[in-house]
Amino acid sequence: MKDAFGAPQSLLVLGGTSEIGLATARRLIARRTRTVRLAGRPSPALERAASELRELGADVRTVAFDALDSASHEEVLGKLFTEGDIDMVLMAFGVLGDQARDEEEPLSAVRVAQTNYTGAVSAGLVCAGALQAQGHGSLVVLSSVAGERARRADFIYGSSKAGLDVFAQGLGDALHGTGVHVMVVRPGFVRSRMTAGREEAPLATTPGAVADAIVTGLRRRSETVWVPGALRVVMSALRHVPRPLFRRLAVR
Amino acid sequence: MSVDTVSLSGWGRTAPTTALRFRPRTYEDAAAAVRGRGPRGVVARGLGRAHGDAAQNAGGSVIDMTALDRIRAFDARAGTVVCDAGVSLHRLMETLLPLGWFVPVTPATRHVTVGGAIGSDVHGRNHRTAGSFTRHVRSLELLTADGEVRTVPPGTDLFAATAGGMGLTGVVLSATLGLRPVTSALMSVDTARAADLDEALARLTACGDRTPYAAAWIDLLARGRATGRAVVTRGEHAPLDALPARARRTALAFRPGRLPTVSALIPGGLAGPVQAAVLNEIRYRSAPVSRTGELQRVSTFFHPLDAAPRWSRLPGRGGSVHYQFTVGHGHEGTLHRIVRQLTVRRCPAVHAVLKRFGEGGPGWLSFPAPGWTLSFVLPAGLPGLARLLDRLDEEVAAAGGRVCLAKDARLRPGLLAAMYPRLPEFRALREELDPAGAFRSDLSRRLAL
Repeated sequence: MKDAFGAPQSLLVLGGTSEIGLATARRLIARRTRTVRLAGRPSPALERAASELRELGADVRTVAFDALDSASHEEVLGKLFTEGDIDMVLMAFGVLGDQARDEEEPLSAVRVAQTNYTGAVSAGLVCAGALQAQGHGSLVVLSSVAGERARRADFIYGSSKAGLDVFAQGLGDALHGTGVHVMVVRPGFVRSRMTAGREEAPLATTPGAVADAIVTGLRRRSETVWVPGALRVVMSALRHVPRPLFRRLAVR
Repeated sequence: MSVDTVSLSGWGRTAPTTALRFRPRTYEDAAAAVRGRGPRGVVARGLGRAHGDAAQNAGGSVIDMTALDRIRAFDARAGTVVCDAGVSLHRLMETLLPLGWFVPVTPATRHVTVGGAIGSDVHGRNHRTAGSFTRHVRSLELLTADGEVRTVPPGTDLFAATAGGMGLTGVVLSATLGLRPVTSALMSVDTARAADLDEALARLTACGDRTPYAAAWIDLLARGRATGRAVVTRGEHAPLDALPARARRTALAFRPGRLPTVSALIPGGLAGPVQAAVLNEIRYRSAPVSRTGELQRVSTFFHPLDAAPRWSRLPGRGGSVHYQFTVGHGHEGTLHRIVRQLTVRRCPAVHAVLKRFGEGGPGWLSFPAPGWTLSFVLPAGLPGLARLLDRLDEEVAAAGGRVCLAKDARLRPGLLAAMYPRLPEFRALREELDPAGAFRSDLSRRLAL
């Protein structure tokens, strides 16, 4: 169960090697979390992440999960929920893709969309159903500011996140009043493995800062969290910039 | 019996969860609700005044007992009443005070049901002399997991598990209570200011048996030499001859006042440190330095917050957290340290009350134990509060004390066994009586009770 401050006792991270996911898990273990399930494609990195969290004193297990294999989600995730309550599900999987190559090879672009959007839709719906049946829990969805407005530089990734974002918002409305809390997290440019070697955007942040924002959001039962918070204001202005002007602002 | 799906939380409005709510009108309905429970179990709920998550059951069933509210028999010679578990203490006072009887123990609100008072084994300001609520229960009827109704007398293991058992042994359907005879509905109250915590402790210690009710309101925002300054009130039921002639004619009339709903007057989220400090200052300064024999209505003396319905909404959207702990005599140092930590951090703690406990009750998970108890309410949205309260838990456990489960929504499960040494017996009895875990609540899941 979650406590009065929204700190969960059990956590499921979809995308178990995600830096944001692991940073969040570390913070939650320092609070109340005792069981962690790291779901991801089996790999040494996933095992390493699990043993690192185990050292902090939690009961950690890895679960084979492939975002691209939507057909398996019901079975894999459904089984996890029958083993005991899961107080919080963190959907942290996703790929950035390579915009230039993806534009050349539609199939690799589809792969980005399938991972970030289609995979999240099926996994999200399975988890939402299970959370609703247990009458409580949080579903935290990692979206991105890239989904807020199309940019020349990353519109394939951005469009998949836009789809995910709208899906998560709608899901939150659908689950309103069922005891299940859906939180959409929109980080800006996060300095991590995924963005290594890329030119940094203004208001760049770190996985740790995103994790802190998630923990605060849980306490406040927020529905939308921007990281850093200033992005909420910046994006609400940028959203209304005329397209010819925005194209010139965002040529990079 | 009506059935609906609702989102429920405790009085502190933190961590809401959804459950199927049954409203039985008869004992048979209640038994049907228990037998027809789903895989996530069932728990009884009264008026929702438990501050934490004791009366919610995520994804399962909750039996709302408030429609089972008959007072079935009253015996003036023995001073006992037999009533359904859904009867509130308010209703009992309304009915019994004009007849010259008062409930033996009342918590700070009268809007709790008899069943809830038994499940949480509530205590009042007279714990030192009267003990907690279940000490006055002569017998109770308990609906257990198999759908059977058992009569449970005090002195049995089942009674000890049910008294303060947070509703996890079954559904209390009715109870026979011993009452206290009174000659008037007024209290004779002595008030005195205490300049610091030591003086408050001394004044509470000096209370003789003549004044059974005693408590100190503490200003947790006063710092420096005034740390722990308090207003100590002691009271007794006023005898008839202490009343002015006019009041004697209506000596037993029960007249609780009620203000308009607070949220209608004040927006939420007003409980910041500055507001709390100002309110505390006014409250301390407006109390008489020393006054004796003031006549107050029972509602004014025992339940001042009941006059302001929905006061729990004041801390705003995030809800509030109630913290109450007890430490034994000789551990006043712990009390001092905790008060100092709260004042130094300028926590906007309101309704801070210090009391002295007498002998503990029969309940295995019953909260009161001989010594001191301090309770206060804080807004849940206060940054760093979770860690602060975790530290306080550790201090309390190290001093052999415990926190109150009826108010808890955040205790770490690991500390529970240290605080409640009879927990293994409670678990063993539940295992035997209810092997499938029919009775469950968010509290029992969170703390693995």
